[in-house]
Amino acid sequence: MIRFEPRGPVSVSRMLAVSLAAAFAALVLAAIPMAFAGLSAFNAYSLMAKGAFGSLFAFTEMLTRATPLILTGLAAAVAFRAKLWNIGAEGQLYAGALAAVAVGTGAISAPGYLLIPMVALAGALAGGLVMLGPTLLKTRLGVDEVVTTLLLNFIILLFVQMMLEGPMQDPMGMGWPQSEPILDEAALPKLLERMRIHWGLVVALAAALGVYFLLKRTVWGFEIRAVGENAAAARHAGIPVTATFVRVGLLSGALAGLAGVGEVAGLKGYLTADLSPGFGYSGIVVAMLAGLSPIGVVFAALFIASIFVGADSMSRATGVSNYLADLIVAMALLCVLVSGLFLRFKVRFIGAPATRETAK
Amino acid sequence: MTGPTQEADIVLRLDGITKRFGMLTANGDVSLDLRQGEILALLGENGAGKTTLMNILFGHYVADEGQVLVDQSGTGLSELEPGSPHAALESGIGMVHQHFTLAENLSALDNIILGTEKLVSLTSARAPARKKLAELITRSGLDVPLDARISQLSVGEKQRVEILKALYRDARVLVLDEPTAVLTPQESDTLFATLKKLSADGLAIIFISHKLAEVMASSHRVAVLRGGRKVADLPTAECDLRKLAELMVGHEIVETVRDAGSPGAPLFTLQNISVGHGRDALHQVDLVLRSGEILGIAGVSGNGQTTLARVISGLEPPASGTVSMEGDDRTDANARTVIDSGFARIPEDRHRDGIVGPMSVSENLAIESIRKPENQRFGLLRFSAMREKARNLIKAYDIRCQGEDSPARLLSGGNIQKIVLARTLDPEPKVVLAAQPSRGLDVGATSDVHKRLLAARARGAGVILISEDLDELMRLSDRIAVIHRGHLSSAEETETLDRGTLGLRMAGQGGEQAA
Ligand SMILES: Nc1ncnc2c1ncn2[C@@H]1O[C@H](COP(=O)(O)OP(=O)(O)OP(=O)(O)O)[C@@H](O)[C@H]1O
Ligand SMILES: [Mg+2]
Repeated sequence: MIRFEPRGPVSVSRMLAVSLAAAFAALVLAAIPMAFAGLSAFNAYSLMAKGAFGSLFAFTEMLTRATPLILTGLAAAVAFRAKLWNIGAEGQLYAGALAAVAVGTGAISAPGYLLIPMVALAGALAGGLVMLGPTLLKTRLGVDEVVTTLLLNFIILLFVQMMLEGPMQDPMGMGWPQSEPILDEAALPKLLERMRIHWGLVVALAAALGVYFLLKRTVWGFEIRAVGENAAAARHAGIPVTATFVRVGLLSGALAGLAGVGEVAGLKGYLTADLSPGFGYSGIVVAMLAGLSPIGVVFAALFIASIFVGADSMSRATGVSNYLADLIVAMALLCVLVSGLFLRFKVRFIGAPATRETAK
Repeated sequence: MTGPTQEADIVLRLDGITKRFGMLTANGDVSLDLRQGEILALLGENGAGKTTLMNILFGHYVADEGQVLVDQSGTGLSELEPGSPHAALESGIGMVHQHFTLAENLSALDNIILGTEKLVSLTSARAPARKKLAELITRSGLDVPLDARISQLSVGEKQRVEILKALYRDARVLVLDEPTAVLTPQESDTLFATLKKLSADGLAIIFISHKLAEVMASSHRVAVLRGGRKVADLPTAECDLRKLAELMVGHEIVETVRDAGSPGAPLFTLQNISVGHGRDALHQVDLVLRSGEILGIAGVSGNGQTTLARVISGLEPPASGTVSMEGDDRTDANARTVIDSGFARIPEDRHRDGIVGPMSVSENLAIESIRKPENQRFGLLRFSAMREKARNLIKAYDIRCQGEDSPARLLSGGNIQKIVLARTLDPEPKVVLAAQPSRGLDVGATSDVHKRLLAARARGAGVILISEDLDELMRLSDRIAVIHRGHLSSAEETETLDRGTLGLRMAGQGGEQAA
C-alpha cells in the first residue's frame, strides 16, 4: 500500500534529482509509441543525441534553438511567480520582433554599438507594453488575464501579417509577406564563424541571472514573491500589490519581446509571420519544467531545444515524424507535474509494520 | 464531572507515538487511552504537538514510532492502518479541523454525504441521507440548514456541519482541534451542550483548547502535552485553573493587571464613518482613541468588526466620514501610509492576512518594513541584518520554530500569531489595532500579549482592542464600546460597566446605540 504524507521544505538537490528523474521517465515513456512506429528506442535516442550534440554545428543549432526558449521561459516564470498568468508570450514575442524591425531596417541610422541596444530596447518595450494592457485590466477591473493575454496572441499575429502585407512589406521581396531585412549594423553579431549561433544567447543567459538575482536579492523580488504567495497578506503588510503586478507584467512582456528581437536581429534577419514555431507557448512548458526557477529555465530550455533539434535530425534520418518531439516534451511536462507530488509529499510504502521502520 | 471508568470501554489507544520533523521531536513517546462516552481535553502550549498528534491519529501523518489502536466494532483493539484518513473514517474516527474542509459552493447536505456515496448516485442518495440526518439532528441538537450553501453559513454553523459529517459516518470517536477559537461565547456554550449530549450517547470526544475555563466545565479528563511529551493525564475533577496553567507551561502564570492609566490627548479618531452593506457594514461610527489608553471594542463577531479593522488598517476606504490621526486627515490612507504613520495592525485572520506561508520566518518578520533602510540598500535586501533581527525577535517573543529560515507555514497556529505580534509591536508603534490578538494562544502567550499591550499603553501608545472575550476586555481596557450590527456605542469607563450590561448590549438590548 502506498501512502502520501506532506513534506516540509524541499532541498535543492532533491528538486534537481526529481526533475532529472522526470526527464528520464519521459524518455522511457516516449519509447513505447516509438516501438509501435517500428523504431528501437536506443536507435532513435542515439540519433537524437547525435542530432543535438553530435557535432559543433549540431550543438550550436541546439543552443540557437534554446535562446528564445530561455527568454520566453523566463517571461512565463517571472509572471507565474506573482500568479500573473501571462499566456501571451507568443504575441509579445511578435510585438518585440515587429518593433525591432521597425527600428532596425533603416528608420534610424547609427553605429552598431548604439543601434543594437536601441533595437533590443524597442523590442523589449513593445513586448512590455503589450503585457501592460492585460495587467491593468486585471488590477483595475479584475479581468482574467489568461483570456486577455491568450486572445492578444491572435490579434498581434494578425496585426503582424497586416503590416507585412502592407506598410512594412519589403519592396524588393517579390511580393512575399516579409519585412525589409535588418541593417547589418543592427544585427546581433554571431558568436562563432559560419554558425548561426548569435549574441542573443548571451543576452538570454544574462537575463536568467538577472531574474534570479531580482527574485532572490532585491526588494522588488521580495514583493513579487509575497504577492504571488499570498496577495491578501502582502496588501495588509503595505506592499504595493498593483504596482508589483505592473512591474511583473512589464518585465515578463519585455523578456518575451527580447526573444522576438533575437529571432529577427540575430537569426533570420527579417520578419515573417512564421518567425516563431510557438516559442511563446513552449516557454510556458519550459517554466513549468523548471519549477519557475530562473536558473532552472536555462536547463529546461536546453532540454527542450535538444529534443526538438534532435528529433528533427532523427526524423530526417529515419523518416519517423518529428512530432515525436512534441510527444516527448508533453510526456516530460506530465512527468514533472506528477513529480511535483513527490516533492510535496513523502511516499511511504506501508505493508507489514516492519517496513514502516525502514521506510523513513 | 466524572466519566466512565471501566478498562473495557477503551475505544482508542495511542501507544508510544513519536513523530519527528527533522531535528524537532513534535511528539515524543505519547500514549493515551480514550474511553467510550468520555470527553478528553488535550492541552498544551503553542507548538506542544497537539495538532500533530491528532493528525497522526487521523492518518494525515504517519508516526515514526508507535501505533494507533482502535476498537473497530466492539471486538477489541486492533491496529489502525497508519497514514490513511480513509481507514480512520472507516474505523469510526471523525475529525473537525481548525480550518474547515468544506466545499464552499455546495450545500450543507451535499458536503455531508460527499465521499460516502459515488458521485453518480449523489442525487439518489440525498433522500435517505436527509432522513438519517433529520434523526441525527433531533438526537444531537445540531441545528443546520441542510439546503443552504456553505458560503452562506456562519462559522458556528459550518462547524456543526463538520460535526454532522462525522456523525453521519457513524463516528464513535470525534476529534475537534480548537473548536471554540472561532466561536462566539454563545456558540461555544451550544457546542459543549451538544458534545455532552453526544458523549452521554456513547461518543468518545477529544478536543483541543486553550480556554481553561471551558476545559474545566466540559471535560471528564485532561491530558497535557509539553514539548511533545505527555506530562499529565488526570481527571478534570482533580484540577483547577491554576494547576492546569502550571502543568501546561511548567511554571505559575502571573495574571496581568492594569494600573490606573493616565490617558493623554486624542490620538486617532473616526468621525461618522459609514461603509459597505449587509452583514459587515458600518453605520455612522464615531471613535476617539487617546494616547496612553486601551479602548476595548466588544461585540459578537460578524457585527462589523472586520470592516472596522479594515478601515482602520487602511485596507478599505470609508464611503463617508473622516479618519484622522494626530489631527491630520487620514481618510485616504492606504496600508503603507498607515504603517508608516506608526500604526501596528494585528489582523483577525492571521493565516490569510498575517503571514505569507511559504516565505521564511525572517522574511515574514521583515515584510512590513522591507523598504526601510535597515532591510535594504539601493533596493537590495540586507539578508544578514534581516536574519539577525529575526533571531532577536524569535528569542524576545518566544517564537517556537526550527530557526529563522524555516517557512512560516510550518509553525503551529499560536506561533504564527507570535510572528505577527513581534513584527507589529517591536517598532514601538504609536497606535495599536489588535483584533482578537490572543485567539488560539496558550495561557502563557496570552498573558505575554496582555503584558505587551499594557506596555505599549504605558509608553503612551493608544490601543484599540477588538475582542469577543469579555474577561480580556474588562481586564485590559480603560474604556469599552460595544459594536452591534455595524453601530458602535460610545465608549464608557470600564469601571462603570459590568459583564451583564455588556452582554446585553452585545446582543443588541439595553443601553443606547450611537445614532
Ligand atoms: N509538517 C511540518 N514540518 C515541520 N515542522 C512541523 C510540521 N508540522 C508541525 N511542525 C512543528 O511541530 C511542532 C508542533 O506543532 P503543532 O501544530 O502540533 O502544535 P500545537 O500544539 O497544535 O500548537 P498550537 O496550540 O499553536 O496550535 C511545532 O513546532 C511546529 O512548528
Ligand atoms: Mg494546533
